[in-house]
Amino acid sequence: MRKQGLQIAGFAAVVAAIQLATFLTGNVYHLTQLTMSAYYSLVVLGLCILTGYAGQISIGHAGFFAIGGYLSALLTTHNFSAHGGRVVSGLAAMGILARRPDLYGGELLTVHPWPACILAVFAAVAVAYAIGGPVLKLKGHYLAMATLGFGIIVYRIVLGTELVGAADGIYDVPAFPLLPGIAVSGKSSLRVMNYYVAWGFVILGMVFLMNLVRSRVGRALASIHGAEDAAEAMGIPTARYKLKIFVVSAAFAAVAGVLLTHYNGGIGPSESSVMKSVRYLAIVAIGGMANLWGALFMSLILNYLSLRGYFGSFDDAVFGVILILIMLFAHEGLLRRQLLDQIRGAVIRRGGGDDP
Amino acid sequence: MTLLSIRDVSRRFGGIQAVDNVSFDVPHGAITAVIGPNGAGKTTLFHLISGFLRPDRGSVVFGGAEILGLMPHQIAAKGMARTFQQTRLFPKMTVLENILVGRHLHSRGGFVACMLHLPFTRREERAVREAGREILEFLGLSGQADAEAVRLSYGQQRMVELGRALACEPRVLLLDEPAAGLNMRETAEMGRLISRIRERNVTILLVEHDMSLVMDISDEIVVLSYGQKIAEDVPSAIQRDPEVIRIYLGEGDA
Repeated sequence: MRKQGLQIAGFAAVVAAIQLATFLTGNVYHLTQLTMSAYYSLVVLGLCILTGYAGQISIGHAGFFAIGGYLSALLTTHNFSAHGGRVVSGLAAMGILARRPDLYGGELLTVHPWPACILAVFAAVAVAYAIGGPVLKLKGHYLAMATLGFGIIVYRIVLGTELVGAADGIYDVPAFPLLPGIAVSGKSSLRVMNYYVAWGFVILGMVFLMNLVRSRVGRALASIHGAEDAAEAMGIPTARYKLKIFVVSAAFAAVAGVLLTHYNGGIGPSESSVMKSVRYLAIVAIGGMANLWGALFMSLILNYLSLRGYFGSFDDAVFGVILILIMLFAHEGLLRRQLLDQIRGAVIRRGGGDDP
Repeated sequence: MTLLSIRDVSRRFGGIQAVDNVSFDVPHGAITAVIGPNGAGKTTLFHLISGFLRPDRGSVVFGGAEILGLMPHQIAAKGMARTFQQTRLFPKMTVLENILVGRHLHSRGGFVACMLHLPFTRREERAVREAGREILEFLGLSGQADAEAVRLSYGQQRMVELGRALACEPRVLLLDEPAAGLNMRETAEMGRLISRIRERNVTILLVEHDMSLVMDISDEIVVLSYGQKIAEDVPSAIQRDPEVIRIYLGEGDA
């Protein structure tokens, strides 16, 4: 546990060092992409625990991200004042609906971001429960195809629904006041704060998942990955555990979707595209599959590079190629423990050779 | 006293009656062995008892309650642990971690409690690890605690699998060919281990091919042939049973 605390502290220091570096080099605007990377990293971490540890693949996680993001965006932008009626005024009285000025000086009556966020995450969790039950009975390629199908369905629904802006998506999404004085917002004056808020969420998620991995439940999940029948014989309700970790994983994606949508001030259909799901999976794979830290660092680096446009128009292709190469040459992921041990061993041997 | 009672259990696969109306009792505290030639239905019978397969007919009563139709993990929770014919250790886990999975039923922490690392999960984890180390000591594998389980010798892997089942603290332990693939020395060692497990007040039901092991340690032997029970008796009587000799040595040879 001590080691875990040190790792977290070390990572927090890295986050602070990056912020300091952008400040000193006058590249403060890079924090925007680094903040977005943080939210994508939440999805990656949730997928890492599902696929890397519990061994259940998902190529539909962008779907959960989109359900969270779109629902929160819809509720916080849809003007309820036109509907009138007692229900609307009741909700307004409870503070669930709140008035805010729109861009043109008019007034909007929309759902407050907090209830919208809670509802959005619950919706994603409910969908995960509903599809997880039947889908997680499948294994391997079949599970991959079923989750891929789910991702495609979400994408087509989002793209074809006028209410959520079809191809344009939803924009003018308001800031999300998390606590007094702290808001998830893309305003440039709040850039540094939002950078720390986003990575704070990642660190919190990381602590939760690291605790889980080292626990009884984590061992049970790894045993399902390793030998499902033996896990069942040890009294582990494998079907229920798979469903629960699928839901936890979907919740991570949905929370990320909500927060990034409020940060960006909008969401478009590309967030729910299959290529996003492939990207998350590619990052988990290159991070070493059952390696939370590996996934986190790869996510930080690759998402940042991608968002800064370093991959140009080959953006999606880069992640597709990464996934193919990993599956061909390093099934267990790139940053897997054995490889790191080998490198460490080689370094120690070389270092030891100089000793008298 | 009967701990496990198998009554008229049958299972058909397509045109093959794998298990045909088999009934026998497993007395508390004893070692009961099921033997029979290849394809006699021994492993199928094990799968039926432990819930991995559903029988077409019959009943399995364990500790006074019907367990037929329950999921394997529910049967495990009632106090039945099992091993597999082909070792099913969890890869990428150490020997100790493999054993710790066996303590699953003796700890409570759920997803939320474990994510939050609540104080009770910490206490629980200490107790789980202590019990795991005790099992390793019992197996004589304490030195290998942190080795990756699948890197041990085959004989040691079988012992780890047995230890993992033992960590469940079962009332009855089902062993599917515990000596399969072991050399003579390892087989003898396995036999001693099984006898020591019985001394821990664990009832044992085992399926085995190796006659020397079965004759040495069993209190009661059930013989299956083509899915049917053809004999049930103490080892010395089974050894003299002409029908058993016939199916094991082949007709005309006996």
